[in-house]
Amino acid sequence: MSGTSAKSVRTRTEPAPVRWLLIIVAFLFLGLFLFVPLAAVFAQALEKGWDAYLVAIREPDALAAVKLTLITAAVSVPVNLVFGVVAAWAIAKFEFRGKQLLITLIDLPFSVSPVISGLIYVLLFGLQGWLGPWLQAHDIKIIFAVPGIVLATVFVTFPFVARELIPLMEAQGKDEEEAAITLGASGFQTFWRVTIPNIKWGLLYGVILCNARAMGEFGAVSVVSGHIRGATNTIPLHVEILYNEYNYAAAFAVASLLALLALVTLVVKSFVEWRMRETS
Amino acid sequence: MSIEIVSVNKQFGSFTALNDVNLTVPSGELTALLGPSGSGKTTLLRIIAGLETPDAGSIRFDGEETTDRHVRERQVGFVFQHYALFRHMTVEENVAFGLTVKPRKERPSKKEVRERVHELLRLVQLEGLADRFPSQLSGGQRQRVALARALAVEPKVLLLDEPFGALDAKVRVELRRWLRRLHDEIHVTSVFVTHDQEEALEVADRIVVMNKGRIEQVGTPAEVYDQPANPFVFDFLGSVNLFHCRSEQGQARAAAPELSMGYVRSHDIEVERRQSDGAVEAEVRHIQAVGPAVRVELLVRGTGKTVEAELSRDGAERLALGLGETVYARPRKMQTFVADYQI
Repeated sequence: MSGTSAKSVRTRTEPAPVRWLLIIVAFLFLGLFLFVPLAAVFAQALEKGWDAYLVAIREPDALAAVKLTLITAAVSVPVNLVFGVVAAWAIAKFEFRGKQLLITLIDLPFSVSPVISGLIYVLLFGLQGWLGPWLQAHDIKIIFAVPGIVLATVFVTFPFVARELIPLMEAQGKDEEEAAITLGASGFQTFWRVTIPNIKWGLLYGVILCNARAMGEFGAVSVVSGHIRGATNTIPLHVEILYNEYNYAAAFAVASLLALLALVTLVVKSFVEWRMRETS
Repeated sequence: MSIEIVSVNKQFGSFTALNDVNLTVPSGELTALLGPSGSGKTTLLRIIAGLETPDAGSIRFDGEETTDRHVRERQVGFVFQHYALFRHMTVEENVAFGLTVKPRKERPSKKEVRERVHELLRLVQLEGLADRFPSQLSGGQRQRVALARALAVEPKVLLLDEPFGALDAKVRVELRRWLRRLHDEIHVTSVFVTHDQEEALEVADRIVVMNKGRIEQVGTPAEVYDQPANPFVFDFLGSVNLFHCRSEQGQARAAAPELSMGYVRSHDIEVERRQSDGAVEAEVRHIQAVGPAVRVELLVRGTGKTVEAELSRDGAERLALGLGETVYARPRKMQTFVADYQI
């Protein structure tokens, strides 16, 4: 019995050497392109010692960059959380004209280069842009200021939550919501007690990815920021400036913060994925 | 509570789901909406519940206009085909849901909710499973939880969408008998949708046969089975054999001499070795034992048509039929319709 099953396994899969070769190639590739650079970031960051590292990340401009990055994420993640849930709800639970268009539009930031996303805002809100003169007359600064950075980040990161929720909510259907309503629940009760518990892990997963991108976004933010030290630089922009000034140790020290964020994201993401499998 | 459905129409794009449907569901009865898929039965059920809005027509509960009333206010219990249990809640929380979402003033105390839930779980025979999650239950148990949950809010009407559709054959039969007994106990006006004629015939007080968005016939199980209003109902409620009516069926000849066809159920065909009055000569083509019955396929000589006769095991053994033998088939009971319907 066991002999036949072992034989059938052998006939169904590739021979061992092929399997091992594929696995080794995959690991080598990942090691070369992911692990080595990651290790290099930390090695470079600590090249001049622990003290130099601490000085670099405590420097006022670096702290300002960290603060701005946190503010940007703190605004854009909740905005996209709400937008993502609303859009996914609409798409998964209702039939309406233009649904396909809405899905395509949600994907737009993925298909457009981030630099272009930034440029759109410059064209809209910049001094020479459509709304520029009006904004200037009312003394509202968007481009080369924090609002522009937040706007560009919101635009770049808005697919993450929605994209995660749409297939999940479509798969779950609307039976449970209908059941809740027939039992007398209000719209809010249905949403809070039935929908949210069903999508919470997917939602968290989307939020983690959204946050990682919000903190790490370079292209779109670079266009609208104006690179004003201590004022409109996020962490990625600050890293670039330090690097361009040949201040490698400081550049890598600040970059290591982003790398740490990536590692934390990975751990949380794996945990959420594990939970999603457990609950489904 | 009685339900009146008056001239209801419903269109989905170019598909007509319901075409001028009129129906009265009497208070306290268990009514089956029976029909093939696409006949509009589920749409009608969802319109009664308020989960769909009719394009035209109205729904009245006890004579009171209900068409524009929200689902939430209709006080209907709805049991979904795939149960729609809240997957993140325990059985107890599921059943309690309808009570806990009530406005604060009407909401019973925690203790009362607990008591009510356990009373219902006793009713559906699931007392020991209050702390389980839906994923830990069998299909039949889930369906009973769904039923208990719907009954918790003391609905005026209980609506069930293919309640046994997702269960395996044995559980289906058990559960539908149990539902019948439950209904005899609680007497809430109930409507259930099914495509299974056997289920409808066994469980319902009244059967509403639907086809292509229209109601074909309404009646007791005996009425729709023994006196089908038209060929569709005859066909849908059991096996069918067609006979040309030029034989000596006086009544049929009077109704429509050339065009009418005789409809005969398989178990109403007598198979004999000797020629008798009203019998046709046929050749045995195929014999198959199906459970307690034996199905015999016969080729009627001279017409090229086949008929299927259903014999009891005893009857078949007495005849000792062999393939290719000549026998005589005689319809015991035949019904005729004007031939506007083709099978």
